[in-house]
Amino acid sequence: MSDHVLSSKMYYGIWIALMVLTVVTASVAFIDLGPLNTVVALLIATCKALLVVLFFMHVKYTSEKLTKLVIVSSLFWLLLLLFLSLADYSTRHLGHG
Amino acid sequence: MSDSPVVVEQHHGPELRHHFATVEQQRDASSLGMWLFLATEIMFFGGMFCAYLIYRLNYYNEFAAGSRSLDITLGTVNTIVLICSSLTVALGVRAAQMGKQKLLVILLLLTIVFGFAFLGIKGIEWYDKYKEHHIPGATFNADDIVHEYPQIHIDQSHEQIYFSLYFAMTGLHALHMIIGIGIFAFLTYEALKGKYGPQYNTPIEIGGLYWHFVDIIWIYLFPLLYLIDRKPLR
Repeated sequence: MSDHVLSSKMYYGIWIALMVLTVVTASVAFIDLGPLNTVVALLIATCKALLVVLFFMHVKYTSEKLTKLVIVSSLFWLLLLLFLSLADYSTRHLGHG
Repeated sequence: MSDSPVVVEQHHGPELRHHFATVEQQRDASSLGMWLFLATEIMFFGGMFCAYLIYRLNYYNEFAAGSRSLDITLGTVNTIVLICSSLTVALGVRAAQMGKQKLLVILLLLTIVFGFAFLGIKGIEWYDKYKEHHIPGATFNADDIVHEYPQIHIDQSHEQIYFSLYFAMTGLHALHMIIGIGIFAFLTYEALKGKYGPQYNTPIEIGGLYWHFVDIIWIYLFPLLYLIDRKPLR
């Protein structure tokens, strides 16, 4: 965690960016981009999550390397869960006998 | 030769527990512990995201139609409410670091107000779903959705899976919001007693981490539940 106090201007800037991204993602959903609609929605969500983690949760300014290790490894475990489950289910039929 | 206890010089306030060397070390340990808890929370919600992913890939039509039946305006407003609450939390941590006691209490109370606003809007959405018979169970009926989209095949039992996941995911998220409001009520009570300042503000920081995490879960739930397929149907 950082000892130095971050400027309130920075927090307001992140807040405005998050608001703009929210309006953008809700509006873009009505435009037909084919399969890209989901990709764009998830990309915007990830940008928003990154802004919250790095600035609001102070990860960008933390001196503690273990915090970053915990975050990266928990995301790794989540991807393991999703990918291995998907690999299993996508190679067999679900409820179609 | 003497067995007199080693004299430790006391340069710190009463907030430093004896098993930590410095205030910084104590704060880093608390923060790391919270991040480890959040890692378990990612796996907790991850199970639901995994179930969502698998069923969405198999029953895309039902998921898309169910998503269209949600109120996107209320969903967007709720996203904005949560983002505003995250701002008040971040500014609250800053107020504590700068020793602005009064501002800290105001920001904590604002966060609680935003939390209740979110739950209220969520309650309106759930009540609408109750009136439409979209709550999974014996009274579930998605005839309205089937008739609305005659051009795509919709299986009612698969539609029920979408709404089961919708209520499970938003319900679990709402439970986290209620717990968060409880935590912030406690922090407000302590802040009113003047417990937090530039020397000691770890509980505000840690409570803030929890609140931001719940915000991030919603940042993903919003596109996954509300925005599956909003484009014009061909």
